[in-house]
Amino acid sequence: MQDNKEVKTEFKPKILAFCCNWCAYAGADLAGVSRFQMPTDVRVIRVMCSGRVPPELIIRALANGLDGVMILGCHPGECHYSEGNYLTRRRAHVLKRLLSYIGIEPDRFQLGWVSAAEGAKFAAVVKETTDKITALGPNRWVDKK
Amino acid sequence: MAVPRIGVFICHCGTNIGGIVDVPQVVEYAKSLPYVAHAEANMYTCSEEGISSIKHAIKEYDLNRVVVASCTPRTHQPLFRNACADAGLNPYLFEFVNIREHCSWIHMQNRREATEKAKELVKMGVAKARWLDAQEEFESDVYPAAMVIGGGVAGMSAALNLANQGFEVHLVEKEPELGGRLLKLNRIFTINKDPRELVESIVKAVAGHSKIRLHMPAVVKAASGYIGNFDISVDEGGKEVSFKVGVIIVATGAQVLKPELYRYGELANVLTQLDLEQRLKDDKLGEFQNVVMINCVGARIPERPYCSRVCCMTAIKNAALMKEINPEAKVYVLYRDLMTYGVEFEEYYREAKGAGVRFIRYTPSNPPQVIGTEKVESVRVYDELMGMELELPCDLLVLATPLISNNDSEELSKMLKVPIGDGGFFLEAHIKLRPVEFAMDGIYVAGSCRWPADIRESIAQGYAAASEAAIPLRQGLVKVEAITATVDPKICKGCGTCALVCPFDAIELKESEIRGLEGKIVSEVNTALCKGCGLCAAACPNGAVQQRGFTDMQLLSMVNALSGKR
Repeated sequence: MQDNKEVKTEFKPKILAFCCNWCAYAGADLAGVSRFQMPTDVRVIRVMCSGRVPPELIIRALANGLDGVMILGCHPGECHYSEGNYLTRRRAHVLKRLLSYIGIEPDRFQLGWVSAAEGAKFAAVVKETTDKITALGPNRWVDKK
Repeated sequence: MAVPRIGVFICHCGTNIGGIVDVPQVVEYAKSLPYVAHAEANMYTCSEEGISSIKHAIKEYDLNRVVVASCTPRTHQPLFRNACADAGLNPYLFEFVNIREHCSWIHMQNRREATEKAKELVKMGVAKARWLDAQEEFESDVYPAAMVIGGGVAGMSAALNLANQGFEVHLVEKEPELGGRLLKLNRIFTINKDPRELVESIVKAVAGHSKIRLHMPAVVKAASGYIGNFDISVDEGGKEVSFKVGVIIVATGAQVLKPELYRYGELANVLTQLDLEQRLKDDKLGEFQNVVMINCVGARIPERPYCSRVCCMTAIKNAALMKEINPEAKVYVLYRDLMTYGVEFEEYYREAKGAGVRFIRYTPSNPPQVIGTEKVESVRVYDELMGMELELPCDLLVLATPLISNNDSEELSKMLKVPIGDGGFFLEAHIKLRPVEFAMDGIYVAGSCRWPADIRESIAQGYAAASEAAIPLRQGLVKVEAITATVDPKICKGCGTCALVCPFDAIELKESEIRGLEGKIVSEVNTALCKGCGLCAAACPNGAVQQRGFTDMQLLSMVNALSGKR
């Protein structure tokens, strides 16, 4: 983890966000169009549904040393594909417990709901998650192994 | 597979990106990434110049992958995919990187970090592009007929519109008569006419149309299939009738709430507006001297927060009518806010005031009280604008209640796999951009089953839904974006988890017919039904199911690129 060797400089977390094409990705677009300013630490991967993201991929991202991972999907009841976000919600529940079992702080994984109309909420979620992950500090899981 | 040769095009978007992100630096960085054969900056990649620059570079540098880093795929992906196709490159060998909405516009105060972020986003896009595959879009025929569910004014308008365009239409109405909720009204607001006058001409045109097959009274019992190819079964007076259609329009309307408020159902002289209209139609209203109407009864409350939009106008209509029948009568309308939008509606309201109808504003925290034991004697109300309590004598209390969804909406929603939103009404694909379509291709929505609508709006929505539905009917062919699921039958173990999570019944377990795998139970995707959500791919325990354009390898390569792993 060469990134984490020099901890003296201010810690900038690396956070990944999987965003549903129909809601959170569009919400992020709206945040941009609205020029809502936010921390620079989050990188978005577009998926068609939050339910496309397998838990293995999130564990892989954290095991690789990313400091935080988010899944942002449609609000319950508003899934573009009827029920994909319910699957996401159930998986997230199990995943959190699994993370704590294998020694990764469960808060490094965050699940959120952001609609296509919620640009301000997207900005707020980015800020909130960045603060949370920054407070947790660098992901040391790889070093521990 | 040929060695990937990736071309990267970084857009300045004028100063939108270039004013914040150091574009030349990102271009230099892109050149250092694996498999990148060419990288360049464009002032506007989406301009004619930018597009021809992409086409030129594909030939010049023998590119077999293209990455554009600019705005959002939600608006510009089709343009760049077409540019690739024009240059002879399969359009699915294109990858989009968003460095405007997701970078320069949201980090305007931090150029250095915005540039670093843009580099990483490009790195992730390039990593995914390396694993892109050429794809063919799925095409299927459209059966040139439509089903319209609901013979109200919205459904009839849609049916007539399509039939007049020459398409065969199956109109399914559950009541024994066409006309819907309109038939229950006494007169229609702003034009003050008998609804039968209005609806008769439409009913005649529908009933006599050679292209319209009327199923009445009938309910839809089963629907399966996909755009262009739906199999429908209806129960028509106890007899099952089956037919095939290419598109479906849902126009099932709504019903009026019967409230459990203001002692409705307990005291004889408490009516809903609809009850009042029925009595007027039947000429059974009798004498009245003091009429009080209350608006927003059971509407705009926590359990039913929406405004039903048509009830204010209904109350104004009937209040003015009461004055017309008995000019000596005192008529009060107690309201929270008045919905009299547009030119005619506001004028109609002014006329009612001019005719002597009194409007009194109340607040939900201090609602009117009904006084009386056998019947309503008076109504006590705190007048919000005057700041005082009034006691209004009352021999007829009329409640304006909202439209609520029909009881069969949920069953229909499950059958057609279309969503229901707030208040139990059907939910369109996009609240602003796609108002009469469902997210499910080939199914459209019109009238009050979507949201309370008046006659004019219902007709307009019926026409709109019909014109959208006519597009696939006329084209005779539909194309599906190639982001659907695929199964590798060699890896598939036939566990069926993918079929279980599929919201569209697009996956079936079948005996394989592939040579060497004969008889093996494997999942099979019906591409026509697949909507490309990828739930199955995430659920597959051994990676046999993949979503095209979002494969495990493509997503993993992005994660690895971001975390600095190979």
